[in-house]
Amino acid sequence: MGYTPEMKELIKRVEATRAERIERTRRGEYFPAMTLEEREEVLRKFHPDYKPEGRREVRVGPNKGEVYPEEFVDVLEAYPRIPPERVDFSVLPTHTTDVLVIGGGGGGTAAALLASDNGCRVILATKLRHGDANTVMAEGGIQGADQEVDSPYFHFLDTIGGGHFTNRPDLVAALTRDAPLVISWLESLGMMFDKLPDGRMRVRHGGGTSRKRMHSAGDMTGSEIMRVLRDEARNRPDRIEVMEFSAAVEILKDAQGRACGALLYNMETEEYFVVRSKAVVLATGGFGRLHIQGFATTNHYGATADGLVMGYRAGVPLDFMHSTQYHPTGAAYPEQNVGLLITEKVRGLGANLLNVHGEQFVFEREPRDVESAAIIRECVERGNGIVTPVGRYGVWLDSPMIEELEGPGTIERELPAKFVQFMRYGIDIRKEPMLVYPTLHYQNGGLKITPDAETAVPGLFAAGEVTGGVHGENRLMGNSLLDITVFGRRAGRNAAEYAKGLAEEPGEPTLDHVREFVRELEEAGVDPSRISPMLLPDYTTPDVKMRQLTAHYHGTIR
Amino acid sequence: MSAQATKKIEVIASGDRPILPEGARTVPVYIMGKKYLLPETLTIQKAIEYAGYQFIRACGCRGGICGACPTVWRIQGDFQLHFGLACQTVIQENMILAQIPFFPANKAVYDLEALEATGEVVAALYPEIMKCVGCNTCTRACPMDIDVMEYINAAMRGDVARAARVSFDCIQCGLCSARCPAQIAHYHVAQLCRRLYGKYILPRAAHLEKRVEEIQAGKYDGVLEDLARMDHEELRKRYVEREIEPLDSTGWEPEDKTYL
Ligand SMILES: Cc1cc2nc3c(=O)[nH]c(=O)nc-3n(C[C@H](O)[C@H](O)[C@H](O)COP(=O)(O)OP(=O)(O)OC[C@H]3O[C@@H](n4cnc5c(N)ncnc54)[C@H](O)[C@@H]3O)c2cc1C
Ligand code: SF4
Ligand code: SF4
Ligand code: FES
Repeated sequence: MGYTPEMKELIKRVEATRAERIERTRRGEYFPAMTLEEREEVLRKFHPDYKPEGRREVRVGPNKGEVYPEEFVDVLEAYPRIPPERVDFSVLPTHTTDVLVIGGGGGGTAAALLASDNGCRVILATKLRHGDANTVMAEGGIQGADQEVDSPYFHFLDTIGGGHFTNRPDLVAALTRDAPLVISWLESLGMMFDKLPDGRMRVRHGGGTSRKRMHSAGDMTGSEIMRVLRDEARNRPDRIEVMEFSAAVEILKDAQGRACGALLYNMETEEYFVVRSKAVVLATGGFGRLHIQGFATTNHYGATADGLVMGYRAGVPLDFMHSTQYHPTGAAYPEQNVGLLITEKVRGLGANLLNVHGEQFVFEREPRDVESAAIIRECVERGNGIVTPVGRYGVWLDSPMIEELEGPGTIERELPAKFVQFMRYGIDIRKEPMLVYPTLHYQNGGLKITPDAETAVPGLFAAGEVTGGVHGENRLMGNSLLDITVFGRRAGRNAAEYAKGLAEEPGEPTLDHVREFVRELEEAGVDPSRISPMLLPDYTTPDVKMRQLTAHYHGTIR
Repeated sequence: MSAQATKKIEVIASGDRPILPEGARTVPVYIMGKKYLLPETLTIQKAIEYAGYQFIRACGCRGGICGACPTVWRIQGDFQLHFGLACQTVIQENMILAQIPFFPANKAVYDLEALEATGEVVAALYPEIMKCVGCNTCTRACPMDIDVMEYINAAMRGDVARAARVSFDCIQCGLCSARCPAQIAHYHVAQLCRRLYGKYILPRAAHLEKRVEEIQAGKYDGVLEDLARMDHEELRKRYVEREIEPLDSTGWEPEDKTYL
């Protein structure tokens, strides 16, 4: 295992320039940072968001006329999994509750807890297991201005500046105001934050922060949040019923246009069923598994944009869906690690990015979007990428420099997870560089919400990565775990208040909005074989598919 | 530049579907006893997909942190049993594997607010930990290399803090509990210990409590409302002018304290 002989040959070129690069770094000499004009140019020409190819106009629904990535438009402009006329509510099994939460990641679980705190019965329906979500994957941390030298004022400025001043300001105000409340809530639920001996939170800087406010729990911050919230939800079996492997496929509305539940699909028995509720919270997360423009992704298996599709069909407009975050350094080799996040810390500790000739081509601390575009340019335009045996592009991330610059043992101490992940495949990142390429990381946009986590549809709330506007066109590290807890809590509380405030029970559920959407699709001449929500990505090889003579696919599912 | 631009490489791999190098070697792998010939460099997870399965269970993060994909295997002809995560383990020749995507484990229901961080509390909720026979099978099964027996023993001794710290990397995959002759649900015990530790043993953050009070008293409401209404030019100006806390900030204070 390890690198192929051809790749080992190429690594010699990296080694040839290493000593000199280390010397330069020691002298504080870096590859020149780009000017604002250069940044704009490389973004315009090479950032996937700016390329006209691979994007097209959406022809139906509230955002008709806007231009989004093809792969996303393919699921947005698609027919329902089950035609509305085939859904007979009188025969489908029906569960009833006060608040239905869709999505069992951090956002959904926070919403379920707050709805139950506020006196409502909750059903939490989720597609995979409770906690199989992007939330568990977050390593870095969660922001919150709780130190004396910091305040929500600075957190607000950092966030909106990082988002190129495009963020919805009222959402940023809510995010930064609630941040300390959320951190305190997590502390009271028994989360093991990294602390100093006197209990003070150990905080760090993140990209684009003016004050240190990144809280962490080892390099498993998201996992720790998820474990704690899930355990708390399981402590309330009388108030929160969790339905795993139950994917929502459609929002239900009553005759007055209020959300009143969802149509769900048992992933295992392939049966449809109904949950009727007074309010609905959508927290289905992101869309990494659509592999926009063929990019690998850091996201979990279920990140297939389902909530965006359901919300859109129900009439909720999208915000910022033109913008996607690519993390500049995703693993490109070995194949087993492809797409895995390699944290910014590696560059922070001094590792250079190098092309096939072992030469530097970009400053290592450009903003995420600029750095990604520069790597793509080096490979695609300049032909200076390394091509892996399976035909992926990559550039070198020269981790061995770290051991020389920061002293032996630094990698094992500071990057334990990465060290093990590569060692498993015979690559010792203390001695050999890593091969990296930008990877699809975060969906900046999503369903449009108010600071109270309401959508345009009465009774339908949304929170977390499925929403857009909080981060504008670029998200700061540590603001997403915050986003899901702040707005998850707001969604849960407000959904409960809404449910309790309803004068009478919602009316009979209908799928009239889906019928209307189908009519629009037909008018626009959309290919009838396109089906969504996707639910699961399809990684079956073309060979196998060709031989599956009797199997038929409904969308990507067999 | 333009000459180079034409030197584009035809890159074929995309997304997460493995595309194999020309002439990739395949090895026999037995998925639940049935033989498949699969490309040797793939992880168990991708190899199973390559064989033609579509996962519903046993697949979550695909990155070694969610615990959805615990897998057990033997190599044909060898008595030894091995444990690992399908998304993190490369297939081997003559591997006979099965996945355990779910294993029933008893979780105690409790109200954290009403508990104390003591061994008695843990033993009352999970009396079965006292039946540990010290066989260390749990530790040998753990794909995260956690000293599982040690955290169970710490819990038995009433050392909640140690149980919490030793178990910190647990991804709740359940392999330990699948193997334990004493029928302990290790990862639920560990979860209880960590929450007790986080809530009652780690000292509270006093600065956080103070900030929460300030926020609840509305201290920042006005400032945030102003910011939310501010035009871009003014925002940009303030963004550029903000003082940056240095990396080594011991004793550092900003000059402008207006908005603290
Ligand atoms: C590798 C990685 C590292 C990250 N690091 C950080 C970090 O350091 N700091 C930070 O702040 N952020 C980080 N992020 C981002 C952050 O983790 C996520 O944006 C955030 O956790 C999303 O939470 P969520 O609850 O909105 O969605 P998720 O956690 O993804 O949860 C969505 C849930 O909805 C379920 N679902 C999907 N479709 C359906 C359906 N049709 N029906 C029912 N259920 C459905 C899914 O199965 C899942 O359980 C990182 C993300 C990744 C991938
Ligand atoms: S497997 Fe069970 S009995 Fe054996 S050491 Fe572990 S906890 Fe004790
Ligand atoms: S302690 Fe048990 S549940 Fe936790 S990771 Fe190890 S084997 Fe899995
Ligand atoms: S799929 Fe999450 S640990 Fe393997």
